[in-house]
Amino acid sequence: MSRVVVPIGPQHPALKEPASFTLYLEGERVAATNVALGYNHRGIEKACEERPYIQDIYLIERVCGICSHSHSTAFIQAVEEIAALEVPRRGAYIRSIIGELERIHSHLLWLGVAGHELGFDTLFMYSWRDREVVMDLLAMITGNRVNYGINTIGGVRRDISKEQSEQILKAVDILEERTKFYIKLATEETTLIGRLAGVGSLSREMAVKFGATGPTARAAGVKRDVRKDDPYAAYSEVSFNVITDDHADVLGRTIVRVMELMESVKIIRQLIKQLPDGPISVRAPRKIPAGEAISRYEAPRGEDLHYVRANGSEKPERVKVRAPTLANLTAITHMIDGGYLADVPIVIAAIDPCFSCTDRMISLREGDRGTETLMDWEGLRNYSLEWYKKNRGIDMNKIHALR
Amino acid sequence: MSEVLVDLLKILVFPGFIFLSLYSLFVEYADRKLYARFQNRVGPPWFQPFADFVKLLGKETIIPHEADVKMFRAIPLFSLAAVCTAFLYIPVWGVKSLFPFNGDAIVVLYLLTIPTLTFFLAGWHSSSLFACLGSVRTLTQLFAYEVPLFMAVLAPTLLAGNTGNWSVSGISAFYGSHPLLLLVNIPAFIVALVAIQGKLERVPFDIPEAETEIVAGAFTEYSGKLLAMFRMSIDIEMVVVASLLAAVFLPFYPAGGPVLGFVIYIVKTLAIVFLLSAVRATMARLRLEQMVAFCWRILTPIAIFQIVLNLILKEVIKI
Amino acid sequence: MKKPGSLFPFVMGMLTKKPATNMYPFIKTVMPDRFRGKLKFEQIKCIGCKMCEKDCPSNAIEIVNVGEKVFDAYVYLDRCIYCGQCVDSCPRKALENTKDYELANFDHEHLKVKI
Repeated sequence: MSRVVVPIGPQHPALKEPASFTLYLEGERVAATNVALGYNHRGIEKACEERPYIQDIYLIERVCGICSHSHSTAFIQAVEEIAALEVPRRGAYIRSIIGELERIHSHLLWLGVAGHELGFDTLFMYSWRDREVVMDLLAMITGNRVNYGINTIGGVRRDISKEQSEQILKAVDILEERTKFYIKLATEETTLIGRLAGVGSLSREMAVKFGATGPTARAAGVKRDVRKDDPYAAYSEVSFNVITDDHADVLGRTIVRVMELMESVKIIRQLIKQLPDGPISVRAPRKIPAGEAISRYEAPRGEDLHYVRANGSEKPERVKVRAPTLANLTAITHMIDGGYLADVPIVIAAIDPCFSCTDRMISLREGDRGTETLMDWEGLRNYSLEWYKKNRGIDMNKIHALR
Repeated sequence: MSEVLVDLLKILVFPGFIFLSLYSLFVEYADRKLYARFQNRVGPPWFQPFADFVKLLGKETIIPHEADVKMFRAIPLFSLAAVCTAFLYIPVWGVKSLFPFNGDAIVVLYLLTIPTLTFFLAGWHSSSLFACLGSVRTLTQLFAYEVPLFMAVLAPTLLAGNTGNWSVSGISAFYGSHPLLLLVNIPAFIVALVAIQGKLERVPFDIPEAETEIVAGAFTEYSGKLLAMFRMSIDIEMVVVASLLAAVFLPFYPAGGPVLGFVIYIVKTLAIVFLLSAVRATMARLRLEQMVAFCWRILTPIAIFQIVLNLILKEVIKI
Repeated sequence: MKKPGSLFPFVMGMLTKKPATNMYPFIKTVMPDRFRGKLKFEQIKCIGCKMCEKDCPSNAIEIVNVGEKVFDAYVYLDRCIYCGQCVDSCPRKALENTKDYELANFDHEHLKVKI
């Protein structure tokens, strides 16, 4: 049978962000996949080098809308390590509370998106309605529904009052009840299980070999969680379980995420109860002394890594962001090949892709020769015009409006 | 002469084309509003389907370069014509439809297959990748739900036998005079309800038009007036199918004249639409091979069982 | 235990509940007190140190000297990211976030406002 080429992306209703997955189909089965990224590259790492640290907090926060607190905290932890600042305990607790609330909001968002990819719009509407509880809570504590801006170098900017703590506990009770509803749904609804089970398998060895992290790896039985392995902020003082599952497919990832919702509720209750008194931040210098640091954070999608190098001035010398989706993407072709076309959207959605986080500049070294190619702006533009003429048959020079 | 004029009026206005179009827009509103309320949302206002139709009529019709222009333009008309014609043989305000004749039950079923074939042709002649995938899926789905649907509608027809004349009006009259026999047909009713979701291409069987996988399936390249006609024909198909099920499986005809009969008809069709919306709101979309397996392994045996039961019953009761 | 259509009784119950949608243009949501909306400026307190300008991530605020120790503040509403860093950086607490979020406009010039 001859192969049909189906382009999923860059524009496709299945994808929330542009990325290009070119599938080679035989009938309804996928024979090969070709992944091309880079549509979301915004030059954030370079932009960070031209702004002082205090402005960089807000820039790094806007790497992603869903895991904004993760990126901001990871960056600030790296800077604080270089400057040898000790964040007060209350500040660390508040950071963890916001981090766990963000995890809840991200997993509920994922549940809705997965429902939508499967054609199950009811689940989409219900889970996003419950997510409003968390969004309103975050707006009350931090001042904004996304991109919270609660971190500053040396601690946090806003405090949690007594009434706000009570409201957090009440809202978290509501969320726990709703999560139990979703667990029941994920284990009982036949059509849902029929679409999720056996799809996108990634065995334990493969997960370790491809370097998957977060719920994608934990669903295959790999027990890795930065909050337990390398505790930061207040996580060394709370007790919680690392959720793993044996299914090693999309159903396993669903179960891991929904159970992590329950764990987050448990963690938030402990954090609020143990919230220590004291200042919420220490004064940070404007010039950070020379040094470099790596900081890791357990984002809702996996392990988020930030590297910062300072040289004693007000602006960082180099900032590198490695988002968890990059680690999970290497396993995508393995999961899609051999499966059905109908499963491709849900498999892509199951690793919870966030291409905005992922697109950075990577320079590939060609094999052993160690050669690198660098193009300037004109060269890049001409290269893209040639590529489209050769591979897609579109001659941009013929389009009047672009001249 | 005046008879011909009255007939023409009946075909074009009531209960023909104009009534059918307006009622189908109302049924689409009811379906979307129910779907929204099941999901805890507000839903569209009552004029939304009409506004969508008018908006589509005003948009530019873009035909892809490699598509077959004549077929591309003609296919929506065929679809609309087939569903409207099928409505002529389904009773609306009583037990008699507009032009009943012996054997029109079979004709109605086959007329209802034509829209599905037009969806296939629409996708095929679009020469676009997603449209081809969608049209092939439409045909595969047709092989899955067609047999259970035909058998489920065939079962009460068999029971009605010669009294029913194999005509939808005759079947309605037969069950109207023997209302208790409707309880015998309940398995067939359930099979028909499930198979109808496949014919109308709604969740859980909306595989040919899976938005997140193949953009819009067979309708990907359609826009403007042609898309408006397709959507209108899908809405009318929903009304026709609901009316067919109401006529064959739900025969309550209290004697009260045509007005009461008409009201009962509206209530029956809306009840079926309610059930269809509820199914749409509670399930996820199945994969193609899961759907084929489900239809052939579960629906078809129940339909066969119903047919056997009805044949035995017919001999036993001897009516 | 797997049941098809397990959501059915729940979905039926939804018909009796009020929809969860905020009917926005007719009923406006009031944001919580800490919400960071449009900025407000108290001219009396400003000393013209321009720390807010220095710390703004998007160059959205401008302090202009209009007299003897009197300053005006202009905000570009389309550049501002509503982070509130200027509010925190001001040594005299002359800036404050209000709860106003309906700031859209058809005309680009109207988006540079004097606060």
